[in-house]
Amino acid sequence: MGFFIETLIGGLMAGMLYSLVALGFVLIFKASGVFNFAQGAMVLFAALAMARFSSWANAALGGDSLFLANLIAFVGAGMVMFIVAWVIERLVLRNLVNQEGATLLMATLGITYVLEGVGQTLFGSEIYNIDVGMPKDPVIMFESLFEGGILINKEDFIAALIAAILVGVLTLFFQKTPIGRALRAVADDHQAALSIGIPLNRIWVIVWCVAGVVALVAGIIWGSKLGVQFSLATVAMRALPVVILGGLTSVPGAIVGGLIIGVGEKLSEVYLGPYVGGGIEIWFAYMLALVFLLFRPQGLFGEKIIDRV
Amino acid sequence: MIYRENGQFKTSYTADQQIFTIAQDKIFVLAVIAFAFIGIPFLVDEYLFRAILIPFLILALAALGVNLLVGYCGQITLGAGAFMAIGAYAAYNFFIRIDGMPLIVALLLGGLSSAGMGILFGIPSLRVRGLYLAVATLAAQFFCDWAFLRIQWFTNNSSSGSVSVSNLNVMGWSIESPVEKYLFCLTFLVVFALIAKNLTRAIIGRQWMAIRDMDVAAEVIGIRPMYAKLSAFAVSSFFVGVAGGLWGFVHLGSWEPAAFSVDRSFQLLFMVIIGGLGSILGSFFGAAFIVILPIFLNQFLPALGSFFGIAISTAAVSHAELIIFGSLIVFFLIVEPHGLARLWSIAKEKLRLWPFPH
Amino acid sequence: MSRKIGDVILDLQNISLRFGGVKALTDISFNVREHEVRAIIGPNGAGKSSMLNVINGVYHPQDGKILFRGQERKKMEPHMAAVQGISRTFQNIALFKGMSVLDNIMTGRTLKMKSNLLMQALWIGPARNEEIEHRRKVEEVIDFLEIQHIRKTPVGRLPYGLQKRVDLGRALAMEPQILLLDEPMAGMNVEEKQDMCRFILDVNDQFGTTIVLIEHDMGVVMDISDRVVVLDYGKKIGDGMPDDVRSNPEVIKAYLGVGH
Repeated sequence: MGFFIETLIGGLMAGMLYSLVALGFVLIFKASGVFNFAQGAMVLFAALAMARFSSWANAALGGDSLFLANLIAFVGAGMVMFIVAWVIERLVLRNLVNQEGATLLMATLGITYVLEGVGQTLFGSEIYNIDVGMPKDPVIMFESLFEGGILINKEDFIAALIAAILVGVLTLFFQKTPIGRALRAVADDHQAALSIGIPLNRIWVIVWCVAGVVALVAGIIWGSKLGVQFSLATVAMRALPVVILGGLTSVPGAIVGGLIIGVGEKLSEVYLGPYVGGGIEIWFAYMLALVFLLFRPQGLFGEKIIDRV
Repeated sequence: MIYRENGQFKTSYTADQQIFTIAQDKIFVLAVIAFAFIGIPFLVDEYLFRAILIPFLILALAALGVNLLVGYCGQITLGAGAFMAIGAYAAYNFFIRIDGMPLIVALLLGGLSSAGMGILFGIPSLRVRGLYLAVATLAAQFFCDWAFLRIQWFTNNSSSGSVSVSNLNVMGWSIESPVEKYLFCLTFLVVFALIAKNLTRAIIGRQWMAIRDMDVAAEVIGIRPMYAKLSAFAVSSFFVGVAGGLWGFVHLGSWEPAAFSVDRSFQLLFMVIIGGLGSILGSFFGAAFIVILPIFLNQFLPALGSFFGIAISTAAVSHAELIIFGSLIVFFLIVEPHGLARLWSIAKEKLRLWPFPH
Repeated sequence: MSRKIGDVILDLQNISLRFGGVKALTDISFNVREHEVRAIIGPNGAGKSSMLNVINGVYHPQDGKILFRGQERKKMEPHMAAVQGISRTFQNIALFKGMSVLDNIMTGRTLKMKSNLLMQALWIGPARNEEIEHRRKVEEVIDFLEIQHIRKTPVGRLPYGLQKRVDLGRALAMEPQILLLDEPMAGMNVEEKQDMCRFILDVNDQFGTTIVLIEHDMGVVMDISDRVVVLDYGKKIGDGMPDDVRSNPEVIKAYLGVGH
């Protein structure tokens, strides 16, 4: 029982990060109808920027204050992501208004290649570390309740906490602020929003920026855990089932879907994996989402679409 | 003045339903095919066969399959690589496990296996549309990546995880030299292109397009969405599966699951979008573009660098390749979202009126 | 007119349809006789299109019975309605935009074409002959609707009036027993309306096709229909001969306005 709960908690914590990345997908899809495949490349790009800025700043400060160096690097990387968002809006989105979903999807794949190429040209292609002072040691909790207690990885816990806070802040931002309201209007109907004077282009820059910040945070968390390397770009692929499970346009869907996928992956790997040779967490999430879709095509929180003819 | 349809009147429906209704088109295409069979083998060296022509033929076949599904039936797929893998591994197992299995039969059986799996993974398309479906097809991709890596039976328990075939021959004719491989693949491509053309101008093709353009209306006039969609998945996967078999057997000779990764799926989708959705010719254009571009950049960039006296490292070249490739894709999507095939048909329209444009 | 109105072919009994909490149709009963032109009228949002969607199986009513030629119809998908001989046109033209006029109308023949996939792939024997044979039928429809000159044009490029005609052509190619027309004349000018009326009456006259039509133009409805049913807010408020309906006070109040 203790082991089950341990796995469950591990899954929930991993799931929180999926929720975060899925939120990036959902925000962009809602605001611009773009299914942003470049989310993974953005994570890599942001993590690369963060890692390099941090080590450069640290060297410039003489290695005195890691915290300050990280802060400078975070602000710097945030600005880089802003520039990325602005360039994407200028050069790509603006020119692809009213194109079909598949075309936009392809465009983001193009962006993926460009980001990977530019990122590695600017920042190099070795494996870097991000050290934001996350504690690496595990703690054991609830020893009185279960035999042997429950092992919780502190690093994962803090990561999940940060992700949860960010998810909360973003949700509030989009529900309560004027920009959030404008964004929801844009999501409902581009032309109607435009006709009442909502600046579409600026909204797009904002959501891509927010997605960039989300990517940055995810990049820092995953980067400090796994090291900043090319494979980070593929981690975002793992968050894709979350969005189809939760519904492409649903913020709560992204959050709950992330948790379900996180837990499902961990439990399947631990309890099912040994029988089939392991490594199943890569596709299990997809299968889970797929089976779910067969029964509820509109996703977890999506509304049922009524065909009008 | 040369490219004209004036005076070519149709007097029967049979004549009007030919593949090429304009005589010049027919002559031109037949000439190209004849040249590909007879002329090219004498003109081209081994490197070109191996690096460009053979990959082009096989990927064009796969792109054709993807185009039937995405371009004609409107079902986006990101799992085409998986069906190439299924085709290759199924053909491999038929080939080595059954004594005396002829090569072509093995490849076709590989295609059929892929078609079967295509139907299975096409079932979600009955419930979900568009981008949801695209992500759902990734399930096929990741599942196959895993299965061919972890399930030893598929790879005949090979210790390295890679499989290989040798001594390919068709009824005594060996398929070993690049020219033989080229002709083998070319024959496949020509036959399959003809089949694709026939399907798209027949009832089934119209059903696919009806589903693509307006699925509710299609259902109302009596098209069963299940039959139309699943048949598109099956036929498409068959094409892609056969292409996968050719890729493994003829092009690579020995391969690992990584040969059919998700990048391959993206690549195939690029081909049909850049080439032109819903166009058979477009599949060829797209395949040519995607096959040639990286090779061109690989040769051209260091040459350009040395021209300016800068030595460009291989890493820098590969990064620059990514950037240019990505930018070109975005550029193409912006300039001509309907693909190269549209440019071609515009050129033809112009040519028809030339030299009197009004 | 030579045609004779026959027995009841389609009988709708106590149909109710809800979307969540929204009541689209409430307890509606009416019937359609063979060979007649039956009009459904009513203000916007009265549930007219929903009614057609119920008849051809796009929507499934929560309550009520549908009898087709005396047989009760179970819940069925739209293509089964097509198999039974019910075809329709659409309010917002639902043509296949990427295809030519000819191909659009050819899709209407789908149910009648039997050749299998392999024969189509190889373009041999039955598949090829069948294609020619049905092409001939489709050309008849094209001649009937006088759209020969645009047969190879992609429908996306056609003006609205012609698209409506192609939409009708596609439905006719099915050789339906019942033809449902959803505002066939909406957005047309007088001349186009006259053409469309002529086509509808010709179809009814020459092929004996039963027609159920939704229309806003009262003049047209009174002219061409045999019987009229009036809906308002999802309820039936009138049913009968055009003249009876015209003088029904409730209909006048709801539909034609008090001042009429």
